[in-house]
Amino acid sequence: MASLSPSISIEATGSGVADIRANVARRRRWDVLFAAFGLLATSVGVITLLALFIDLLIDGYHRLTPDFFLSFPSRRASEAGILSAWVGTCLVMLVTAVVGVPIAVSAGIYLEEYAPKNWVTTLIEINVSNLAAVPSIVYGLLALGLFVYALGFGQSVLSAGLTLALMIMPVIVVATREAVRAVPHAIREAAYAAGATRWQVTRDHVLPYSVPGIATGVIIGLARAIGETAPLITIGALTFIAYLPDPPLSTTPPYVSFDWLWSGFTVLPIQMFNWVSRPGTAFHANAAAAGIVIVVLTLLMNAFAIYLRYRLRKKINW
Amino acid sequence: MKFALFGGAAAGALLASQVAFAAPEVKIDGSSTVYPVTEAVAEEFQKAKKGAVRVTVGISGTGGGFKKFCRGETDISNASRPILAQEMEACKNAGIDYIELPVAFDALTVAVSPKNNLISEITVDELKKIWEPAAQGKITNWKQIRPEFPDMKLNLYGAGSDSGTFDYFTEAVVGKAKASRGDYTASEDDNVLVQGISGDPQALGYVPFAYVHENPGKLKPLKVVDPQTGKAVAPSMETVIDGTYQPLSRPIFIYVNRKSADRPEVKEFVEFYLTKGAELAQEVGYTPLPAEAYKVAMDRFAARKTGTAFGGHPEVGMKIMDLLARELKS
Repeated sequence: MASLSPSISIEATGSGVADIRANVARRRRWDVLFAAFGLLATSVGVITLLALFIDLLIDGYHRLTPDFFLSFPSRRASEAGILSAWVGTCLVMLVTAVVGVPIAVSAGIYLEEYAPKNWVTTLIEINVSNLAAVPSIVYGLLALGLFVYALGFGQSVLSAGLTLALMIMPVIVVATREAVRAVPHAIREAAYAAGATRWQVTRDHVLPYSVPGIATGVIIGLARAIGETAPLITIGALTFIAYLPDPPLSTTPPYVSFDWLWSGFTVLPIQMFNWVSRPGTAFHANAAAAGIVIVVLTLLMNAFAIYLRYRLRKKINW
Repeated sequence: MKFALFGGAAAGALLASQVAFAAPEVKIDGSSTVYPVTEAVAEEFQKAKKGAVRVTVGISGTGGGFKKFCRGETDISNASRPILAQEMEACKNAGIDYIELPVAFDALTVAVSPKNNLISEITVDELKKIWEPAAQGKITNWKQIRPEFPDMKLNLYGAGSDSGTFDYFTEAVVGKAKASRGDYTASEDDNVLVQGISGDPQALGYVPFAYVHENPGKLKPLKVVDPQTGKAVAPSMETVIDGTYQPLSRPIFIYVNRKSADRPEVKEFVEFYLTKGAELAQEVGYTPLPAEAYKVAMDRFAARKTGTAFGGHPEVGMKIMDLLARELKS
């Protein structure tokens, strides 16, 4: 900055001006160079994703018919569909969200707002950050021992949902803490000064202001869970399943049923994986079509996260 | 909001479907090699029963399938090789008796690229020389297979070590399951191997016969010389059924839990399998057993004869009817 601001002593000599111009030109060159490099780096990611997605579209778009969404798997590629897979994905994600989100958000708020700063909380913090990076297969092994056998949940929607909930919780805890930390201290202090309890401060001030950040973390976590295969194969997801779990709502008393929690299941990525490894190219089109569905679901969730953040941020004024 | 999103979608989907009731269930797990056949049978069976019976099929691999089977978690186990001694032990300890039923043939094909005009048949000894662990880093040129071959780099493609195909190929060729060189292009996904071999004139590899069948023109299958008869035999449905394509063809099995077999839905499913299995196996690219083999298997199931025809270790190169005539052990 200093070299760009005019200075009397330099203006006095002609060679000084030339030097400065050369200097500025050099810096500008670096500026342009870095901008070009940055653009290249950005486009590598975007173009790769785009190329993959277009490839999937070319291979699979002709399979994206209503029948594809309403048919069970079949030995005939042209009759096979993803009904049991997408219903399974929805049910598993429902369990994951209902169980994982409240626990993870509470944990994040507790760690940030309530927990005393001592070595125990430091230890917990380090562990949570590390857990966010643990490979998903490890959660699968844990879940196989804990949910499937020790707790006797079996190879069910419930076990799968709990496994993925465990997997995404660290991500949500970290996101929650960052969102909560971003709320200015002055707001808390003002509320305390007015005599509010810690819970009142959290409920009425901290939480509303941090919802955009928390929601982003939640949806990024769920978007990760939706594409997960390894832990679900470990706990025994099925590959061929040609029926739907019992519906959670019915027209006869008691109207609500939780039998679906105990049902066997398959999910979209597993169905896709199975089709990819089949002989014959007809099944590969199905796999590509299932891939499109997964990618679109993930993109929709991320778009929803961005929209939510935008809408909620507009309401914040401090 | 997100709950509403997921909950709404899931609830909507389930309400749209007809109200289900607790239907009897047949649980199957195991080999990915047997999976396409069992899937086809399960699909047809559920159609025939109009959804009154639920059949589920998982893919845990033959070994993983037996683990679940011997814990009593599944009714039927898909197996691309006979039950092994330690698995027999596990089943015995859990008090689980099983009925061993061959359902189709699985043949391995040694293949080169259609661009390769050098070779049309190969002996088991040559295959052994190429694939045994001692060949690692040493046998790297076509000239080393046969002296008359030109000086050309040898690119090898084969199954990954977690696959049943790998186990069977090494057993049949090297003489010991899982004994193989490691410096080759390995994939659990046979489509990758088909692609690799197809475009590479220096390639040699092995894939399940179903993949050759489903990719006509992409691969050139080699005749394999039967070490017992000295005759070179091309892999085909006919040579596999009449037992002349040896040693790279094997029967694949389902194992039925003896107690589950008393449940009407399991009994009906197995009978359906043995009746429609031949036709459906052929449709998904597998080789069916000869008709009389299904009859003998049906008799075995009807008499609930438990045990295995193998002594707890895999064998190579037996004829299917001899196998079915054997005394069963448990």
